[in-house]
Amino acid sequence: MSMLEVKNLSIAFGGLKAVDDFHMTIEKGQLYGLIGPNGAGKTTVFNLLTGVYKPDTGSIILDEENITGKKTIEINRAGIARTFQNIRLFKDMSVLDNVKVGLHNHHPYSTVAGIFRFPSYYRVEKEMNERAMELLKVFDLDQEAGFKASNLPYGKQRKLEIARALATDPKLLLLDEPAAGMNPNETAELMNTIRFVRDNFHMTILLIEHDMKLVSGICEKLTVLNFGQVLTEGKTADVLNDPQVITAYLGE
Amino acid sequence: MKMSGKKSNLMVQNAVTYGLVIVFWAFIQILNLTGNMTSLLNGLLVPICTYVILAISLNLTVGILGELSLGHAGFMCVGAFSGAFFTNAMAGIIPSVGVRFALALVVGAIVAAVFGILIGIPVLRLKGDYLAIVTLAFGEIIKNLINVFYVGIDSRGIHFSMKDTTSLNLEEGGEVIIKGAQGITGTPKASTFLIGILLILLTLFIVLNLINSRTGRAIMAIRDNRIAAESVGINITKYKLLAFAVSASMAGVAGVLYAHNLSSLAATTKNFGYNMSITILVFVVLGGIGNIRGSMIAAVVLTALPELLRGLNNYRMLIYAIVLIVMMLFNSAPKSLEMRARVKEYFKNRRNNTVRKEAA
Repeated sequence: MSMLEVKNLSIAFGGLKAVDDFHMTIEKGQLYGLIGPNGAGKTTVFNLLTGVYKPDTGSIILDEENITGKKTIEINRAGIARTFQNIRLFKDMSVLDNVKVGLHNHHPYSTVAGIFRFPSYYRVEKEMNERAMELLKVFDLDQEAGFKASNLPYGKQRKLEIARALATDPKLLLLDEPAAGMNPNETAELMNTIRFVRDNFHMTILLIEHDMKLVSGICEKLTVLNFGQVLTEGKTADVLNDPQVITAYLGE
Repeated sequence: MKMSGKKSNLMVQNAVTYGLVIVFWAFIQILNLTGNMTSLLNGLLVPICTYVILAISLNLTVGILGELSLGHAGFMCVGAFSGAFFTNAMAGIIPSVGVRFALALVVGAIVAAVFGILIGIPVLRLKGDYLAIVTLAFGEIIKNLINVFYVGIDSRGIHFSMKDTTSLNLEEGGEVIIKGAQGITGTPKASTFLIGILLILLTLFIVLNLINSRTGRAIMAIRDNRIAAESVGINITKYKLLAFAVSASMAGVAGVLYAHNLSSLAATTKNFGYNMSITILVFVVLGGIGNIRGSMIAAVVLTALPELLRGLNNYRMLIYAIVLIVMMLFNSAPKSLEMRARVKEYFKNRRNNTVRKEAA
């Protein structure tokens, strides 16, 4: 049974076909990579998967649930969480609160209960704090829980974004260039973290990445996108040695 | 350990804010008891409470929700007129002024919240300057509409007109309550300083608890990054409208308080015009956007100052302007922020040192 099944997905902006007849199948628990040269349409695929754009054609099935054309918040509730290429944290809020916003839908109490401090407020807030601290500990951020998110160093901001996405308890995690702007040490550490997340949270992960060391190090399967179309797909080692792929990246 | 530290810090901060209101009340009581109260200051007390509530309420929209609204006087106006209308219309049914006033506060809050939602649905799709322009227009429209509104009441019910009193077709013994540009007259003066202070505390309680709850986090998440908030499943429209409606209802309460301090209430440019909206925004900006306590202090200082400086005649506005500039520098200038951080650090270190000394 596959976790994500995308068929015939297309979107055009004016005359430009940004994504054309895109397809992809990700099995449960897989670490899947989406690669391609700049402007190939990788982030557009993410935006289609998360409902930021509505596809012109095609279908997206998440764990046997059709989520095609649904709104972002519905898709998040259905089980897709993401991080962003340019980090999007709640920058004036604390590190802990960033994760607690991620827990929003799973630990509810009413606004009135919040204002008048009903017992449910204290109970649920305690649950939230415990869960959030657990998540922060996984990413080695528990010491910084009280910091303002924008005061974290870059690498930790990336991690916090992943922690926040995991807080929504997704089935599928989308990482948009998680290693962008990281040095080799940070990238190596990030690879361990991603593997850890997959193993310990039993997560299916789809990531966009340009860092080939990271891609070849952790991805099990790859899809290569070029000019909005699938160039090839398959096992990581096979794809990376495909002459077609090398041409797409480096030119003739 | 860290968690409990953070929590207690928050509680101290909130306690200071509540404490400040109570200290202000106590200060006025002392002035009263020692016979130092002037009639000028006495007349200012309820307006100060009104402005403090307005400042807190606008800070919820501007500082916490992160949307610039220039129509806050409009919500205050709606609250003032609906509240005063209720008090006058119910004069025959509920004899007790206190009960009518209490109910009027509720009515004003609800009517203003309804307007907040009605305005909010189309308007909150706009951002930044556009939102400011539309809310500004809303405030003006409300004020001008009320100026041509005639509402009367008789045994058959409530009558509306937008022409004049006679076209209301009231029965014998019917009473005109809202008389167009003359507004509402004969509202009992039920507002007192104590009620004002209690309403400030209630507003503070609601806003501070809202901010530190699940709902408040969702609202601030939308302010900080709308796209990210959506991606973690926050319902943007719902929380924006909620914050806007709560903010409007508090402005409505302030309006009711204001209306019950005047025997005759009319919607003029002076009290509900855009100048008022800007004045409230000045409280918020000078006190610190998102800083509830700061905006309260700014509201008190900037309301009391021009009146207290009356004796200085021509220098009055000069001093007012200087105070504005000093407050602005104190709150926003990088040098001042740096200095404040250093002073804070100094006290922190000193406290830690004494603790260490005691331990040793």
